[in-house]
Amino acid sequence: MKERIKLLREQSLQAINTLSAERALLVTQFYNQPGIECFSAPVQRGLACSYIMKNKSICILPGELIVGERGPSPKATPTYPEVCLHSLQDLDIIHSRPKVSFRVDEHTRDAYRDVVIPFWTSKTMRDRVFDTMTIEWKEAYAAGIFTEFQEQRAPGHTVAGKKLFAKGISDLKEDIQLSRQSIDSQGDAYTDEKLEELEALEIVADSIVVFAHRHAEKLEELACSEQNPTRQDELLEMIRICRRVPFYAPQTFHEALQHYWFIHVGVITELNPWDSFNPGRLDQHLLPFYQQDIANGKLTKKKAEELLQAFWIKFNNHPSPPKMGVTALESNTYTDFALINLGGLTEDGLDGVNELTYLILDVIEEMRLLQPSSMVQVSKKNPDRFLNRTLQITKTGFGQPSFFNTDAIIQQLLNQGKSLSDARNGGASGCVETGAFGTEAYTLSGYFNLNKVLEITLHDGRDPETNKQIGLQTSKAEQLKSFEEFYTAFEKQLQYFIDIKIVGNNAIEKLYANHMPAPFLSLFIDDCIANAVDYNAGGARYNTSYIQGVGLGSITDNLTVIKKWVYDEKLLDISDLLNVLEANFKGFDELRFRVIYETPKWGNNNNQADQHAVRVFNSFYQCVNGRPSYRGGVFRINMLPTTSHIYFGSKMGAMPDGRLAYEPLSEGISPVQGADHCGPVAVLQSASKIDHIKTGGTLLNQKFSPSFFSSQEAITKLAALIRTYFCLDGHHIQFNVIDVETLRQAQKHPEKHRDLIVRVAGYSDYFNDLGEALQNEIIRRTEHESV
Amino acid sequence: MLGLVFDIRSFAVHDGPGIRQTIFFKGCPLRCAWCHNPEGQEDAPEPMFMSRRIGKTSFSKEETAGSWRSVEDIMVCVKEDIPFFEESAGGVTLSGGEPLMQPVFARLLLKACKELGIHTVVDTCGFAPPKVFESLMPYTNLFLYDLKLADPKQHIQCTGVGNELIINNLKMLASSGKNIIIRIPLIPGITDTVLNLAGLRLIIATLPSITRIDLLPYHTVAQGKYQRMGKLEPLQGKAKYDRTKAEQIKIFFQHLAPIVSIGG
Repeated sequence: MKERIKLLREQSLQAINTLSAERALLVTQFYNQPGIECFSAPVQRGLACSYIMKNKSICILPGELIVGERGPSPKATPTYPEVCLHSLQDLDIIHSRPKVSFRVDEHTRDAYRDVVIPFWTSKTMRDRVFDTMTIEWKEAYAAGIFTEFQEQRAPGHTVAGKKLFAKGISDLKEDIQLSRQSIDSQGDAYTDEKLEELEALEIVADSIVVFAHRHAEKLEELACSEQNPTRQDELLEMIRICRRVPFYAPQTFHEALQHYWFIHVGVITELNPWDSFNPGRLDQHLLPFYQQDIANGKLTKKKAEELLQAFWIKFNNHPSPPKMGVTALESNTYTDFALINLGGLTEDGLDGVNELTYLILDVIEEMRLLQPSSMVQVSKKNPDRFLNRTLQITKTGFGQPSFFNTDAIIQQLLNQGKSLSDARNGGASGCVETGAFGTEAYTLSGYFNLNKVLEITLHDGRDPETNKQIGLQTSKAEQLKSFEEFYTAFEKQLQYFIDIKIVGNNAIEKLYANHMPAPFLSLFIDDCIANAVDYNAGGARYNTSYIQGVGLGSITDNLTVIKKWVYDEKLLDISDLLNVLEANFKGFDELRFRVIYETPKWGNNNNQADQHAVRVFNSFYQCVNGRPSYRGGVFRINMLPTTSHIYFGSKMGAMPDGRLAYEPLSEGISPVQGADHCGPVAVLQSASKIDHIKTGGTLLNQKFSPSFFSSQEAITKLAALIRTYFCLDGHHIQFNVIDVETLRQAQKHPEKHRDLIVRVAGYSDYFNDLGEALQNEIIRRTEHESV
Repeated sequence: MLGLVFDIRSFAVHDGPGIRQTIFFKGCPLRCAWCHNPEGQEDAPEPMFMSRRIGKTSFSKEETAGSWRSVEDIMVCVKEDIPFFEESAGGVTLSGGEPLMQPVFARLLLKACKELGIHTVVDTCGFAPPKVFESLMPYTNLFLYDLKLADPKQHIQCTGVGNELIINNLKMLASSGKNIIIRIPLIPGITDTVLNLAGLRLIIATLPSITRIDLLPYHTVAQGKYQRMGKLEPLQGKAKYDRTKAEQIKIFFQHLAPIVSIGG
């Protein structure tokens, strides 16, 4: 790593997350102008975006190669009061909370108190959303049945496709012109709306060019006073680039990176889309620029590496905008979920791994930054070398890159009706979400708490935490005479709450379509320009709305306990079980021991448990899949939690599987923490019993001790493990390398860590099964091995 | 046909090539002082106390180590792992205890694997009639063959049996061209003496077709198991093996096989 990259990286790591009032003030100034309300919604938004791009401060740091910051300085994070307004009290919480805090200074507080809050009170999207929702929706939301992504964040969740790198703003403006001509020649009932959208697109297209030119001007100032001739040359080159892109399509490697970065900043300045934005298949997009520059001597591998490193740092400078309340709980992280995709297949179905793939892997390993996240797409056509190289990085233990199954992703996209080339150009973004990059608006609408529905079923539609009747009165649990009757009641409750969620989602989609279009984002996602319809109004080629199921492992184990101990073996009545749960297992240690240790669990390739996972998965799928959405697309499912399994757990009492009140639920499709005690093969066998192809992504975590990766032989075996899971159509697997803290926790709470396998000199064993002295020794060794 | 088995483990990664499923046979003719699978020694089911904790509360329960399983029953488990075997060039390993103590069961199991095209490994102490080896050879791709002590008297002293049969079987296997990995447990002061290592080296030098030697340093992993079975650990108190010493011993064997590794 060169000295300047070291400095910039260090600066990025050291920068304190602060809340910046700049954007909030600009957007307020803009809307405060007389006559703004006369413009259509898209034009208003276009002008607002343009106003910000023309007036926000320009930040260029010493030594930078890629320029453009969303805020006035790295990690100075703007707010979006038109979407969600923070109160003074919110600002205090954001400032002082122990996790994921942002410093709020006096100046910002004053600006909020005097300008932002007075203007935006009761006028935000968040107000509109909550005003529109029904009482049933509000009660279910408050009970922790589901969350709502769009209550503080705009819809986004999309990824750049090939077009972004192939076209400049000048080309897009031609496309806008063509779209306008086709409307003029064959107008329809929506001609006026479409023309308004096109006008908005043109306004934002121009604004990003102004933003780039403002950087060129600032660079010119810097170049004039620069003493170091090498740096001066660099600055001159950067000036040239900022005058060219994004107006013209990029022609060099450096231009391509800067081009993308301006657009990235544009997308996350226009609104606060969840997830942010994402260059997607970076090794595919950059390869032609790389090869051409290398061939004509404009670029060396070292220089390309340095530029990529500079690019990486820019992502790390941009934390997710401050979240509050449920949103903060369900996604409690600074990460804004830009997930770089590497490998996979080309549009023609060939092995997509190239020389740049390996170079980018080197960058990931060396930069070791929280953002951007990275993943590898693994197709059966990709070489083992690619997988082995990636595992070498995984073993250093920062959870990246994660592994995705290209062949499954393509099947998922084809199953959803995408064309073969759109499917092959796709990948996964955010955590694990499948999407057709550059052509699809695939918004996540919120997490769905499968286990809370079960808890409510056990209580005849009543939430035991609040005593409110929020679900259907299916039947008192003791009157459900068979497991089948019980499951039918659960399915009815599930359908009921999914219906509430979908009605709410459609109303929210309508609000965003009408009041909060995103013309800047619409420029880059096909076919918004050609359709002259906004990204938030269904303008993309494909529109999918996801509901994310949470806690598959927990609900599986809960159902297994109920079936086995209540209905099959009749160890206790369901009313006894309810008493035990109400007592939070206090005084029922023996029973808790039996449900934890003597009941089959998800993740051990045991059909007594796994059948329930498959059944719940299918019920959830049937309730959601294919339901029409407001944007003209359909609803689909995926299975991922971010941190919502902790939030959802905090809204629930004790459950039959032995989980105590308010403890976390299982995450993704992973087994309940520690419940898998038959090793990774069994976990993958269980996980592959659900049909991943029907989803838009599933998340599976596996833990390994660092020593597991110790030899090339072991890494080869892990690679085979991944390959096999992917043969079985598994979507994603992520390896967490165990740290010392986990081992210490395992000594304290062995029942939660039955899955921990550690390697003991040529031999692996469950950590729980080892004597204490050996456990201590392994802790010491892990401490030593950890990077 | 039933066999006595005390465990079946998937993702066994130290018992031969690739990802393997290891079937642990119960019953062993040897009583090595350093045995790390004491539950595999007796050729009958026996009680084992499992103590499991939830937080600080401990629950003790008597469980049985070992159960009688049919070939068909075990093959159900084996078949489920076939995708993992195929992707990793792995397969099934018979270990124990000593699989050759149940020769017919072992042969039927290996034969059933071969019929499905599954790669097979037999992990053995070598103490069995030559005929037993002959009956398994057609169905076994690779033998993991333990070689512990060169001196017959010391062998009796530490394992309860002499080593003549073991060495003769090894020679027979090697001369018939079978794939063999030699495994040498490094037990401080017992098997890792210069005298013994030199003796083992002499034996190995006479063998054709040894593809690999695994040195298995002593570890204390079985401590908990001995306690649960109410047995005394014969080598109690010995420390974990010194890595540097293992490296020196590796050099000592380097010229005898293409691969010499520490750990399996």
